[in-house]
Amino acid sequence: MKVAILGATKGMGRALARMAAERGDEICILGRNSVDLERSVADLGVRGAGDSVGSVACDLEKPEMFGPAIDAARETLGGLDAIVVTAAIFASQEELEADSDLAERLLRIDFSNTVLFCEAAKRALLEEGGGTLCVFSSVAGERGRKPVIIYGAAKAGLTHYLEGLDHKHRVDGLRVVTVKPGFVKTSMTAGLEPPPFAGEPDAVARRVLGAIDRGAPVVYAPAPWRLIMAVIRALPRAMMRRLNF
Amino acid sequence: MPETPLSTLQGWGRHSAQGRERLGEDLERISREVHLSRGLGRSYGDASLPPDDQPDVLNTRFADRLLRFDAETALLRAESGLALSELNRLFMHRGYFTPVSPGTKFVTLGGMVAADVHGKNQHRDGNFGDHVTSLKMRVADGRVLECSPEQHPDLFRATIGGMGLTGHILEVEFGLHRIPSQWIWQESRRIHDIDEFQDALEEVAPDWPYTMGWIDCLARGKTMGRGVLMTGRWADALEAPSRPPKQGFRPSLRFDWPAWVLNRLTIRLFNELYYRKQWRQRSSGVVNHESFYYPLDAIGSWNRMYGRRGFTQYQCVLPREAGRGSARRVLEVLTARGGASFLCVIKDFGREGRGVLSFPRPGITLALDIAIRDETQALVDALNEQVLQEGGRIYLAKDSFTRREHFEAMERPRLDEFTAIRDRWDPNRRFRSAQSVRLLGD
Repeated sequence: MKVAILGATKGMGRALARMAAERGDEICILGRNSVDLERSVADLGVRGAGDSVGSVACDLEKPEMFGPAIDAARETLGGLDAIVVTAAIFASQEELEADSDLAERLLRIDFSNTVLFCEAAKRALLEEGGGTLCVFSSVAGERGRKPVIIYGAAKAGLTHYLEGLDHKHRVDGLRVVTVKPGFVKTSMTAGLEPPPFAGEPDAVARRVLGAIDRGAPVVYAPAPWRLIMAVIRALPRAMMRRLNF
Repeated sequence: MPETPLSTLQGWGRHSAQGRERLGEDLERISREVHLSRGLGRSYGDASLPPDDQPDVLNTRFADRLLRFDAETALLRAESGLALSELNRLFMHRGYFTPVSPGTKFVTLGGMVAADVHGKNQHRDGNFGDHVTSLKMRVADGRVLECSPEQHPDLFRATIGGMGLTGHILEVEFGLHRIPSQWIWQESRRIHDIDEFQDALEEVAPDWPYTMGWIDCLARGKTMGRGVLMTGRWADALEAPSRPPKQGFRPSLRFDWPAWVLNRLTIRLFNELYYRKQWRQRSSGVVNHESFYYPLDAIGSWNRMYGRRGFTQYQCVLPREAGRGSARRVLEVLTARGGASFLCVIKDFGREGRGVLSFPRPGITLALDIAIRDETQALVDALNEQVLQEGGRIYLAKDSFTRREHFEAMERPRLDEFTAIRDRWDPNRRFRSAQSVRLLGD
């Protein structure tokens, strides 16, 4: 598989890129920091990808870079079967309430700019005659909840967008995979108390890679979160008001 | 950003301190404001725990990228948070293995350098630090620099075995060894007492790259120090099964065992069974490298076996000059005080390490796992006094009970050199740990 990954230098994206490299996929990583990209290219190379890993500069804060970056990745790989987006930012509800600039930035990066990136990715994959667009949303987008009101809203919007995209373009050969990670122990969640069923990035990567291969439209990771979220979606509002989850 | 509240950080023996771990992929960035690194928390005592007045500690485990590997020279460079388990997974099937491996694979490269770890091949290949060619560090004045035997050799020598007190180790470069298979040809034999053990280890050293012994610490009198001597070498392609070793199910202890579970009777029973299992005088065969190197890694969180109070591992080295009988005298201190050690390991060392404070020196080492009780401090004091008489020293990666005066008496000339190097690189003692406060008076 020829795959471009935005966000492969850290967390779940790093785990996913490594697993893909070890099984022999051809990879091009997209990110904003060139030194960081170079180090991840070296890592993926030593892990089994050899010299076949490429990198392209792309910053989720700069929409004008999206189209050219995806084209450059396509050229580097000589085609494109899948595009994966794991990049996003996170901030706690308290931080976002205290700092409206941060809230605006999070909504822009995690929602509007991610959607714009997906639009560019969609165009490129459709030109290739189809492929897989795999995007990391979150279980935070499943229901309005006190600890993740703003972040959850951005992710809810993203989930909706991805579902619509999947409905419209599956017929054209474009498969959209929405990943909904629960709590995963990465640098993004460092400092937060891990709840039960907190997962490891490697386990998430394994599930996501399987979902990309199958073209499964929605994947929860780690697996128990599918059930947990089914319960949370079913809870009456009166109860949600009382819970702090 | 609101400050994350302090939480309890633990060493592997469950020794704890209040602290705050800073985690992240970008060590160069987060190492600026913090003055102690820790990795997977496998040092037993308080070496990776922050002092009370400086609770922040860098956790390196997300900084685990491989940066360069040369298949010809087998030289590898990686970020310091890379775990040995991952290194093994990636390189063993390609025919490479770490030049030195401690008894667990759940350690980071940075930790292996900081403790200058040794393994079953110490008598032949020395310590991990002997195979390190270069380190990238952030030092106390904020600079990021490279050190090696040629560049800043004083910093390099003090960092190997320096327990993280000279700066943050950001990257490690070292040479891997080539291996013919992932299997070990192992021979084990019964040993009847401690003096025989000391002789036997010396006798097998020239023929076997890997040696170590397990001792029944409850056997007294004539049978004191009876046990099983294990020797091994890599199985060659003809001896080894053609398939790679299987990664089996790895059970994990989910809760702390009550303190009474490990008592003299249960320990005696376990020791008796383990000794009888080696019912033949000698046995041999091909085994998975995992069961040879990392028998305890087969059970996750095995430290919970010792209950909430945890345990300490007492590891000392007795110099060759102390002669035959030195190990017996130390074991006598243990048994005279009624100390029961669940696991007791013996091994010979062949050479001194390259670090200023590296633990090994030619002689014999004993490692005793001791559940923490009210009398543990007195037991460790008594053991330390005996070790002092033998001219030996203790291993900082395991220690949480040694008193400063004992440590200073054991390390006098070396400690002066270590202090002088710290004075050059960190005169204000920014880099400190709970252990350095206890043992160095930081």
